[in-house]
Amino acid sequence: MKENDCKLVIANCKLQNERIQPGCHAHACRGHVGNYEKSPLSRASAGRGAASVNRFRRSFCNLKFAITNLQFICLLLILAIFSVCSATASADVYADVLPKIVKIYGAGGFRGMEPYQSGMLISPEGHILTVFSYVLDTDYITVVLADGRKFEAKLLGADPRLEIAVLKIGAADLPHFELSKATTGRAAESVLAFSNLFNVAIGDEPASVQHGIISALAKLEARQGVYETPYRGPVYVLDAKTNNPGAAGGALVNRRGELLGMLGKELKNALNSTYLNYALPIAEMRESIAAIEAGKMVSRPDGDAKNKPRRALALDALGVALVPDVLERTPPYVEQVRVGSPAEKSGVRPDDLIVLLGDRLVQSCKFLRADLEYIDYRDPVKLTLLRGQELIEVTLQAEEKR
Amino acid sequence: MSGKIPRTSNKMQYESKSDATAGLSSSAEPLTNSGTAGQASSGTLILIEVLRLSILIILYISASLPLRAADSPVPDKSVLEAEAQRIAVMDKAKNAVVAVFDSEGKGGGSGVVISPDGFALTNFHVVRPCGAGMKCGMADGKIYDAVVVGLDPTGDVALIKLFGRDDFPAAELGDSDRAQRGDWVFAMGNPFLLATNLQPTATYGIISGTHRYQPPAGTLLEYTDCLQTDASINPGNSGGPLFDAQGRLIGINGRCSFEKRGRVSVGVGYAISINQIKNFLGDLRSGRIVDHATLGARVADSEGRVTVAEILEPSDAFRRGLRFDDELTAFAGRNIGTPNAFKNILGIFPKAWRVPLSFRREGKQYNILVRLAGLHGREELLKNTSGPVPEELPPDSKPKRGREEKPAPGEPPQPPKMKLPMPGGMKSKSELPDIVKRHFEEKRGFANYYFNRLEQKRLWNAWNGRLNLEKQNGPWLLSGELAGGGAYNLALADDGISLKLPAAEQKWNPGDELGASLLPPGSGGLFPALHLWRRLAVEGFARFGEVYYLGTAPLPGREGLVDVLVGSHKGVDCRFYFDPAAGRLLALEMFPDNESDPCEIYFSQFREIGGRDLPGKLEIRFGDEPFGALTVNDFRIEQKAVGEKGGAGP
Repeated sequence: MKENDCKLVIANCKLQNERIQPGCHAHACRGHVGNYEKSPLSRASAGRGAASVNRFRRSFCNLKFAITNLQFICLLLILAIFSVCSATASADVYADVLPKIVKIYGAGGFRGMEPYQSGMLISPEGHILTVFSYVLDTDYITVVLADGRKFEAKLLGADPRLEIAVLKIGAADLPHFELSKATTGRAAESVLAFSNLFNVAIGDEPASVQHGIISALAKLEARQGVYETPYRGPVYVLDAKTNNPGAAGGALVNRRGELLGMLGKELKNALNSTYLNYALPIAEMRESIAAIEAGKMVSRPDGDAKNKPRRALALDALGVALVPDVLERTPPYVEQVRVGSPAEKSGVRPDDLIVLLGDRLVQSCKFLRADLEYIDYRDPVKLTLLRGQELIEVTLQAEEKR
Repeated sequence: MSGKIPRTSNKMQYESKSDATAGLSSSAEPLTNSGTAGQASSGTLILIEVLRLSILIILYISASLPLRAADSPVPDKSVLEAEAQRIAVMDKAKNAVVAVFDSEGKGGGSGVVISPDGFALTNFHVVRPCGAGMKCGMADGKIYDAVVVGLDPTGDVALIKLFGRDDFPAAELGDSDRAQRGDWVFAMGNPFLLATNLQPTATYGIISGTHRYQPPAGTLLEYTDCLQTDASINPGNSGGPLFDAQGRLIGINGRCSFEKRGRVSVGVGYAISINQIKNFLGDLRSGRIVDHATLGARVADSEGRVTVAEILEPSDAFRRGLRFDDELTAFAGRNIGTPNAFKNILGIFPKAWRVPLSFRREGKQYNILVRLAGLHGREELLKNTSGPVPEELPPDSKPKRGREEKPAPGEPPQPPKMKLPMPGGMKSKSELPDIVKRHFEEKRGFANYYFNRLEQKRLWNAWNGRLNLEKQNGPWLLSGELAGGGAYNLALADDGISLKLPAAEQKWNPGDELGASLLPPGSGGLFPALHLWRRLAVEGFARFGEVYYLGTAPLPGREGLVDVLVGSHKGVDCRFYFDPAAGRLLALEMFPDNESDPCEIYFSQFREIGGRDLPGKLEIRFGDEPFGALTVNDFRIEQKAVGEKGGAGP
């Protein structure tokens, strides 16, 4: 309902001397609906629509004066040719983008926790960029390609701050987005969003496509449930309702089919609790994706018991107590930090979320404890903590005498 | 077709259709930018004055080039043209759009008129609470009375008829199979019942997906082969039209994917394809509650192939040779890749149609023509059609949040789907307007029997006009050649049939059960079929037995659809296929029971014999094989005193 605030804005933009008819462009106002709600920066600009409309009408009248009928016909002919060309180009965009969109199935299945999301191929050998969510919180992630082929996927790694993940399937010669060629979108740019929202498509059925424009490039201020999102960087705010269940991980492209961003998880605006429609710019994710592909922020490789040290590092030795491990996958939040412990000295605080142990992704309390068994108690250990929206790196060394 | 102009408020920027433009600056940039834009604009205008046509063309070429659009501060002409065209298209399209209200004005939805005499399409779930009559507001500002004509509960379609004009503005039917992902479309209707001035609301978007399958609620409201659009479809849009960019009707909007965000559009709406509705239109005009079809087999995905997981032995598909584990490859001329694709195709056909099916077994390809059975039993359909619409959520219930949900691990992972709500209560008890009363006739199994009688009358008048055999009780004497050579003499009379062949003579009499004696052997019952042919012509529809107009269906070997009449007499069912233009009887199928193949007679080579338009050839088929054919060289009616009993034939 809140998405329909457009009406209000339209009412503010008085198009002079013109009866508004169905089919007439209202984009002058439309672009700012998102901004108005979501970005204080652009709030001021919403009122300027009327001025620009008038300016446009003035120059248009001057122009009309200059054109004779004959010229007008010539122009129409030329324009007709161009419009045919551009229409064809657009059809190619769908054919080009759709094979790169994948359907991802994993954990979930309760209402409000759909067990599916979208993703996009980013290498010919099956690297898939998607969002890091509960759907991936299982050992059995299934990926269905646009041609209907089904694969078991491996979670290569994830960035808990951006909440993105990279999966890998065993395939070759796949159509994919070349991340190096991804570009940057601008406000008012016309875009297409591809995703398998609501799991409408199954098997080889093509993903859904929606159209819209980028309302603004603004910093994300959002929350997920009651929690603020860790990422507070720039996102594309969209005027189309793109971020539906299952859409996260889908691709945002411009009208030439060039990749701009990835549709994010379902989030609510922290300011007014409306659902957001947004995409993470590829530029914001590049470093992270490269790190995951390079083997950092990876999920745990298969443990080899032979490599375990005789005496492993224990959390207690670092002075950290985690929250009670009551769930299958309890997020490893720090509950307490012992006074005078290495953890306290390095600045670890209660409520920090441990996201990385060394370069490895920590998905749960159990996971963290299991991983520590591979670290000798004498070795320094690097922890990456998520505090609010900030990532903090600390290096700890257990106290020698125990 | 038409483009759109995203326009930022602080700077005039346009882009050519279908392409995003480089060089657009962020809307968040300061106002000073627009100053520069203004200067550039006047500079360009001076240039235009001086260099006239040649420069203008160059300017406009560059303006139309996708990458350069933003360089030009003047509006792209093509965009303005597209806008003007769209306004014109919508202005015309709106005239056929209907705001449907129940007779108390409490609930409602949308609809669209498809013929000048006032037939209009809407959703079953819109019409259902209205009962027999409804009020329809149109863009001319008038409210017209309307009556229900036909209902398709499975497909969620209803046909209604508006009264008061014979020149209603009607929407042109498009071809929804040609709709492509990315096509511009617009929906019109009465979302949130806003149209208090009866002017429909337009929402604009693209086709997000085609050939979508949306599972039913129970066995009703199944959306097969439907169109998905991101044009806003909201409660109240139900039953309204989805138009393509040229203003042709390509779908009837009916449902959306809703979820946590409440019962408003989230950019995912579905429209029943107009091509599916075209298949059902003849049936809907019959005034019946029409049924969808089943193959009598369940299919499953087995490693990328669609195979038969279960098949009913009494089904036509089984009799035609389909067996367990056969791989289905094509259905109605379309390839099948997934079970959804199969369901999509099955869902667009009415019960009783014959549709080609291809399957593969042990590397060998088989092509069969399958007669589709009804999805529901008669009682089942009637039961489902009365009573409240099965809604997953009542319209006023609050959207649920994920964290409040209880886990239901056994549930299949289906996105929640909801039908648009129908505000207002059940069947209105208020008095029907006279015009509605005059066009409404209640009968079990029918939405409005009045229209069935109308269609029966049309068929009978056309057919009897050509034959003029009504009440000619004397025996029919036919003679001619058998296809295999040799002359025959055939006599059809009330009390029996005799067929004289060069070598033998066969006699048959109807008895109490026509299905008891299916002579001649191997024909599946040619004699009872011929008997019923004569009975229909002599007695007329009224005295034949139980007769109703079924609708339209394809006939093998013939383009287009033909009219179908169903008749029952002495324990057998018969389908009579009539040429809709000429009114001739083209074929007859006699079903001795529900689990047997019919005896089929095809009539052709029509010519005038004794002032009557009669078939010169009869071809008889049974099962997969032709049984025989005979030419009619002579046709006479033996004049006898009425009521005289006698041996049939010479």
